[in-house]
Amino acid sequence: MINYLLRLGLSLLFITWVVSSLVFLLIHLVPGDPVSVMLGDWASPADEQALRHQLGLDRPLWQQYIHYFMGLLQFDLGTSLFFQQPVSDLVLERLPMTAYLAVMAMLIAVLIAFPLGMWAALKSGRWPDYASMTVALVGVSIPNFWLGPMLILLFSISLAWLPVSGADQPWAWVLPAVTLGTALAAILARMLRASLLEIFHEDYIRTARAKGLSNTRVYGLHALRNALLPVVTIMGLQLGTLLGGAVITEVVFDWPGLGQLLVDSIQRRDYPVVQACILIISVAYITVNALTELVYAWLDPRIRLAN
Amino acid sequence: MKWLSLLIVLAWFAMAFGAFLVGESANLVDLNKLLAMPDWQSWLGYDELGRPLFERLLLGAQTSLFVALGVVIFSALIGTSIGIYSGFMGGWVDRVITKVIDVFLAFPGLLLAIGLAAVLGPGIENVIFALVAVGWVGYARLARAQTLSLRHREHIQAARALGVSQPVILYRHLLPLILAPLGVEATFGFAGAVIAEAGLSFLGLGVQPPDASWGNMIREGTRYLLVAPHLVIVPGVALMLVVLAINVLGDRGRDRLDVKQSTPHV
Repeated sequence: MINYLLRLGLSLLFITWVVSSLVFLLIHLVPGDPVSVMLGDWASPADEQALRHQLGLDRPLWQQYIHYFMGLLQFDLGTSLFFQQPVSDLVLERLPMTAYLAVMAMLIAVLIAFPLGMWAALKSGRWPDYASMTVALVGVSIPNFWLGPMLILLFSISLAWLPVSGADQPWAWVLPAVTLGTALAAILARMLRASLLEIFHEDYIRTARAKGLSNTRVYGLHALRNALLPVVTIMGLQLGTLLGGAVITEVVFDWPGLGQLLVDSIQRRDYPVVQACILIISVAYITVNALTELVYAWLDPRIRLAN
Repeated sequence: MKWLSLLIVLAWFAMAFGAFLVGESANLVDLNKLLAMPDWQSWLGYDELGRPLFERLLLGAQTSLFVALGVVIFSALIGTSIGIYSGFMGGWVDRVITKVIDVFLAFPGLLLAIGLAAVLGPGIENVIFALVAVGWVGYARLARAQTLSLRHREHIQAARALGVSQPVILYRHLLPLILAPLGVEATFGFAGAVIAEAGLSFLGLGVQPPDASWGNMIREGTRYLLVAPHLVIVPGVALMLVVLAINVLGDRGRDRLDVKQSTPHV
């Protein structure tokens, strides 16, 4: 297990290093001069020179890279051009809101997916199966930037049950979380159904039946517990994806998280903030994935003993 | 379901080609019809600038088809070539390529596309570039895995023993065997590219007005949700139906390939 942990830790460090290097290079991909793109056409050469110096773009690339990495190690992500305050403060202020949204979305996804997936598997080949899998297919296919406005139209405007946007009012999280969680609910439901159906063919299920156990015990105790392993893995991996997908949902609902900060900063050409948001969301994604792998290895010894 | 899906995809193609016939009338402004609701004369109504929504919908179909075709073709070509080469060569080439694939998989795909689209600036070519930069990885991983499982097959060993050159082995003897799973991947890639293009355009990072994309139509429409909900409903339904249809076809393809699925249910 120690060997496994070391290997996982090293690969986590390596990938974080590569990803942060790619994020560093991102600003150098701006066509032309990033400084004149940021300041617009009307900036004076003196202003441009000052900004170039502030961002360190007047130094050789390798010096910029070392400076960037030294900064990262002290969690110094530069200064926002728009807010004129440290980027790390801005990001830390928004991060909890995004994490909260992702966790609530996951919760809603689980609450929808489990009954749907189990019902489909138990009634496999009959109409409940087709109905719930059709619902799941629609769920995967609805883009969240359309589902969001439709939910607002129904629940906020027509029925006036829930707030339209923001995060100040109680229950304001419900519509964004449902919007973000729908696709995941659909994926999990399909996964759980497939996983259960596979397990129904196993010998130990036949044995449990032959022993005369009730259906509730066979399905609830023997089948569901074993079907959960792949589903839990997918849940962990998808939590990372939720962090990425939250960008669009946050914009739709004006949710004050990292994603909204990212899109606003892109429009303001505030590149230090853009870089920091991409870096933080990516690192969160990588860490969640590594933790999922760890939990999976802990649950299933075959994984950690491989290689 | 299958025939309905095929019909929807065909309708999407027809709409995209229909957009050539519409021409400039999609951008004609009629100030008397700002936000006009659908009626018998104009099936889908008018938008906030008084432009006919039906014509804009056709232009949007053309944008999404163009981007999806571009993304799938380039991603599949690049990804498959890299994957086959990596799997067939083995050794350090394979190790380096696998590491690169791992790094790309470690990035949340949509976020990388957003970052690239943000620094490259809006525009249809940049959207395609950003989505190919994210999209090739899936094909590469699949092609590599398939190649690894096939490269010791007898007919490939025989071709090698006969002195057939490596490109010919890869192209004539290996590629045809992995086309089916790649086709399924490409089908889902199509759906993914349609959603991703619309998503980037929704964020203002993709296709820019006055060019129409279903994503930027939804973006503009959300401002008038209260008075003219059809501006959001119409492009959204079109987008959902197309993605749903492609996903149904992809599922069908996968079920055909997956022997496990065809075992009788309990």
